[in-house]
Amino acid sequence: MTTPGQDDRARQRGQESRLLRAWATPTGWRYWTAVNNTEVGLWYTAAAFLFMLFAGVLALLMRVQLAVPDNDFVSANTYNQLFTLHGSVMMFLFAVPVFEAFSILILPQMLGSRDLPFPRLSAFGFWCFIIGGAFVCGSIFFDIAPQGGWFMYPPLTTQYQDGLGADVWLLGLSFIEVASIAAAVELIIGVLKCRPPGMRINLIPLYAWYILVVGAMILFAFPPLIAGDLLFELERAFDWPFFDPSRGGDPLLWQHLFWIFGHPEVYIVFLPAVALVAMMVPTFAGRPMVGYTWIVLAAVGTGFLSFGLWVHHMYATGMPGISLAFFSGASEAVAIPTGVQIFCFLATALAGRMSRSLPMLYVSGALAIFVLGGLTGVMVALVPFDWQAHDTYFVVAHLHYVLIGGMGFPVAAGFYYFYPMATGKMLSERLGRIAFWLLFIGFNVAFLPMHLTGLRGMPRRVFSYAEGMGFDTLNLVSTVGAFVMAAGVTVFVWDVVRPKRRQPYAPRNPWNAGTLEWLAEMPAKPWGIRSIPIIRSRYPLWDQPDLVKDVDEGRFYLPDAEEGRREFLVTSTIDAVPIQCQRVPGPTTVTIFAAAFLGGVFIFATFGWYLATVVSGVLALAAILTWLWTGTGEIPEKPDKDVGLGLRLPLYAAGPNSVGWWAMFITMIGDMTAFASLVFGYFFYWTVRDDFPPGPDAGPGQFWPAWAAALVLAAWLLTVAARECNRRSMAGGYYAALGAAALLTVAGAAALIAGPRLTGLDPTSHVYPATVWVLVVWGVAHLAVGLVMQLYCVARRWAGRLTPVYDGDIRNTTLYWHFTAVTGAVTCAVIALFPLAGAP
Amino acid sequence: MSAAAASPRATRRALWLLTYAPTVWALHFLASYVSAALYCAKWADATGVLGPVRLLIGLFTVLALLAIGVTAWRGYRQHRYGEDGAVPHDAATAADRHRFLGFATLLLCGLSAVATIYVAMAVIFIGSCR
Repeated sequence: MTTPGQDDRARQRGQESRLLRAWATPTGWRYWTAVNNTEVGLWYTAAAFLFMLFAGVLALLMRVQLAVPDNDFVSANTYNQLFTLHGSVMMFLFAVPVFEAFSILILPQMLGSRDLPFPRLSAFGFWCFIIGGAFVCGSIFFDIAPQGGWFMYPPLTTQYQDGLGADVWLLGLSFIEVASIAAAVELIIGVLKCRPPGMRINLIPLYAWYILVVGAMILFAFPPLIAGDLLFELERAFDWPFFDPSRGGDPLLWQHLFWIFGHPEVYIVFLPAVALVAMMVPTFAGRPMVGYTWIVLAAVGTGFLSFGLWVHHMYATGMPGISLAFFSGASEAVAIPTGVQIFCFLATALAGRMSRSLPMLYVSGALAIFVLGGLTGVMVALVPFDWQAHDTYFVVAHLHYVLIGGMGFPVAAGFYYFYPMATGKMLSERLGRIAFWLLFIGFNVAFLPMHLTGLRGMPRRVFSYAEGMGFDTLNLVSTVGAFVMAAGVTVFVWDVVRPKRRQPYAPRNPWNAGTLEWLAEMPAKPWGIRSIPIIRSRYPLWDQPDLVKDVDEGRFYLPDAEEGRREFLVTSTIDAVPIQCQRVPGPTTVTIFAAAFLGGVFIFATFGWYLATVVSGVLALAAILTWLWTGTGEIPEKPDKDVGLGLRLPLYAAGPNSVGWWAMFITMIGDMTAFASLVFGYFFYWTVRDDFPPGPDAGPGQFWPAWAAALVLAAWLLTVAARECNRRSMAGGYYAALGAAALLTVAGAAALIAGPRLTGLDPTSHVYPATVWVLVVWGVAHLAVGLVMQLYCVARRWAGRLTPVYDGDIRNTTLYWHFTAVTGAVTCAVIALFPLAGAP
Repeated sequence: MSAAAASPRATRRALWLLTYAPTVWALHFLASYVSAALYCAKWADATGVLGPVRLLIGLFTVLALLAIGVTAWRGYRQHRYGEDGAVPHDAATAADRHRFLGFATLLLCGLSAVATIYVAMAVIFIGSCR
């Protein structure tokens, strides 16, 4: 690489000090205002692990209770809280977030990027996560934790369990799901738009493929649960009878919505863990992965097939046999891609020269356990066997084999592997081996007997059992195993937190890996990567000579921070051609305030303190608007800049060229999925009930919905017109169009409400009015957000922060409105027209 | 046409091509599930015989396999692009990127076809709503 003048050491040092200043981590209390992926990723990972330890302790308490028959160590009431929180915390606060946390930490490094496209969004997600998580976990200390199991089935949780438990679960976890979706949006765009130049789509690290697939899965899996949570909370708080059969509701709708989320979620947990393995195996085999494309097949294929499995959690609900058979077929089919990737790993290990190492020890443990879990998975995917094993300890054994083999051990392997990258120090080989054997033996001693306990008929979630039913010894063995496993976790935790001040830093690229994240210096510099290289291989550190030296000497892109700003490259989706120099904002407290106030909305609502909820909501809105106003869509001081190697790139992008537009687009896909789930609810009731909809006279009629549709569509068209006026520098037309659009938005919302209101639909009387109302409420909420965006764009142009050239805000607003127009039109069509067509 | 003569353009559609076959599987799955569930809930008589639904699902299956076949052919042609069509398609060239996306499409077609057949097999063996 020859860059003019780059041989001058003094010049290099100048660049380094400017980069360091731009990317400096704040000190003192301001450390917590950091937004850089290295800090946020570390906190996020640590927090997820703390929640895991907490949930692990809950499991030990359960095992103590079950160790002997007729035990009274805890009450039934406490036991219910223990297993509910154990499952919920492990799934929602550990399994999914830890992958997002890990990815925030390592994905930018892997892609040679200095950060993810929206660092403040990552920080916001982290603060939401910690607030929501602490709220949910803390509830058990006040004896108000949820008791309905991690899937919270009504009517148990709506009619038989008093107290706030279910509300804590619904609102606390909904809050965290929002953060999960935010992280997914960020990671998808990170993979698609923030790659180093030259890293074409056939060269990206396999980890990135998995993250892309999992991010997309989150967009389609989490929204149905959020929609379900909304219905559920409306029933609990306001008595809207979605799941109450006496007023036309059906508890099965919750099961559908929960498992449309819940089964893909298993793969959302599993695939990132396999992704870690896919990074480690080539390193230790010392050769590229065999069957790169086959792994892509497995990732994408599993991503799709996992959405055709949800009913296999509902085999015992009395659905028609033919329906069960479809899901059984898909459940067997998903074993194919899962097997393909395991064969690829084995082939790579056999074709290369495998070196013995701690991470691979954990990986082999993972394979052994996961294969056993997979085999019992094939068993319970068969309907007749499932009917025998349903709700017994056999299922408990199966799911722990799958989750701990498929996720727990690979994550531990990933911890040993990536620990030096994150902290600069190695973990202890000796302690690691001790921990492994304690974990591996403890796990099998605890969970292997549970298969038998289950086949002998012990149901899951019972807090005690009588003597002499054949469960006594098996349970005692399981308890012993659980404590051996806990000893392994303790050794592991000690290894992670023990002081390492006197331990030397690890050598650079300690495992001799081939992928870009191992460019990191030990300890890592806050800038992430000294200069952004051109990539020509799947394993650039193996195949591109002098890469490390050239990167370090700043011979590639963006070796400097002349303006003292945080910058990285945005590249094209397929071939990673540089298209923009993206600037990102630095440390801030505004994300902490936004998360705290938004958390307030959910927490106050749990206790029914609606005044505090509203106040907190207004403050959250103010914090988010401040954040957007000061930290996004900034107009650069010059249109473009030299990013090195003779390339000039624009500093601003709008529309489909910008990461912001993509974030809006992807978010709205998730939003449409939630909306589709609510519409699914409407048609679900039509399928299962003869009196739904009750007839054309029941409301909301056709008049008001028709007006609502017309007004919303007009508001949408005027918003589009405003965008065009702005592009043509017609300020008057811009303000007039947006002003009129805002008025029509308000009128549209009013007309939408008028339909059910004026025809006297009472949402507490029957499921039909409740379903109409929930669609209306959803539409009105979207119109309200759309209104805020319209007014925001008016203010932005007024303040000179939006111009005919720098028009990202109005273009993103228009994009939002495309989706809102669809939401409005579909809502009106369903509630107004279907009662005419679908009436009995 | 030699690989050097024209390098295949980078279009976002090329990435979407990956998702065609699994999407067809998903649509087939959904159509089969919804038609059987609706028929059983709304129109089946007391005996619960599936009758016409089985034929309908058979028709869906033929259509789905045809669509997957067409996609597979496109994927195969892309995979064999130019003169050097051998895996692992890991060169830093537009041609290999093109071949890689084709090969991945082809593999996903195979998986989708198998999964579609698995689902369709349900109506071969089960003839009633019970």
